[in-house]
Amino acid sequence: MSEPTTDTGADTGADSTTPDVIVCAGGPLLLRGDHLVCDEDGTPHRTHRPISALCRCGSSATKPWCDGTHKLIPDKQRP
Amino acid sequence: MPSSTHLPKPRGPLSEQALAALVGSGPFPDHLADVDTSQPDPEDAALTLWTLHELCYRGFAEVDDGREWEPGVVRLRRELEVELEARLRSRWPGPPAYDGDFADSFLAAMEEHDGPSLARYVQRDATVDDVLELLQARSLYHLKESDPVSWAVPRLPVGPRAGLMELQYDEYGGGRPDRLHARLFADGLASVGLDPTEGAYLDQTPLAVLEQNNAMSLFGLNRRLRGAALGHLAAFEATSSQPSRRMAQGMERLGMAEPMRSYYLEHVEADAVHEQLAARTICGALLEAEPELEADVWFGAFTCLDGEDRTAAHFLERWGDR
Repeated sequence: MSEPTTDTGADTGADSTTPDVIVCAGGPLLLRGDHLVCDEDGTPHRTHRPISALCRCGSSATKPWCDGTHKLIPDKQRP
Repeated sequence: MPSSTHLPKPRGPLSEQALAALVGSGPFPDHLADVDTSQPDPEDAALTLWTLHELCYRGFAEVDDGREWEPGVVRLRRELEVELEARLRSRWPGPPAYDGDFADSFLAAMEEHDGPSLARYVQRDATVDDVLELLQARSLYHLKESDPVSWAVPRLPVGPRAGLMELQYDEYGGGRPDRLHARLFADGLASVGLDPTEGAYLDQTPLAVLEQNNAMSLFGLNRRLRGAALGHLAAFEATSSQPSRRMAQGMERLGMAEPMRSYYLEHVEADAVHEQLAARTICGALLEAEPELEADVWFGAFTCLDGEDRTAAHFLERWGDR
């Protein structure tokens, strides 16, 4: 056993190399874990999967979640 | 629990002899008499290979579970896999050239693919009977949804292994059997009056669909093809979200039952997540650890897109002839 250090990543579940939030070029924002997401109208939405994709293009029909609609948007207008 | 899947009807001399040997009392023969397994009839070979692969999944009510690893069975399976892999590779134009990040380039390449679309047809033109026929064919995969790529899990380096399990946890319902995607599909089948038993529609499953399923099992069951298994997964996920919405819209247009539409609506949102994971934390992570597998990732992705194009062409031609 190594000495305990201040970086207790393995014990707390926080891992310095694994992001909790991933920004996808031209696509959504990935959120790892459980979150309560407040949309622009102030309505809260609880995540319900291990990882959720949050719409960044504004065109999803299932906002705040991504539904892949960003693919139908011209490249220059994508996030 | 004995398997509820029953053996299919043979489609030629190869499957006839192989199926008879599986239910026979003696050992599975090392060589089937009078059958050339190097150049078999494609449909006969595909059905035989599907049947031998199924021994690794749920098995058959009529077949002893011990047949799975019998030398004669493994030998024939391997001969048919060699022939299938050679055919799949002969269709593949090779990996594309690109600049920059793999995952972004991969997703862009999947967006550029423009094959015939069954989902568009279902959305606008299909009859209820067309959709039921398509669901019967799709059931061969969706009732074992995500299972073929699960074979790859212990064969991966740490990064993509964790990434794949994160995706699979969602596919398998996050610990809730009633949310397992294969179960959602079975519930959907029952809601539209179809039989949710695995293999119920095997006898009318066309060659193109058998081949799609065989390719996934080939990639999953052979460790050396782990790159192709993950590339196939990534292409599948990247071409699922929008088509799933069209499927749900077509079923709504036709007044089909809610559980079947729900299955597809679940995939609109789930696969918008999964396509990102598959390209980035799974295939991207694999190529960081094993960059030499990149060509296989593209090969698997091509096989997925090409297989779906062939299945779409089969049904659109069939329905267009009315």
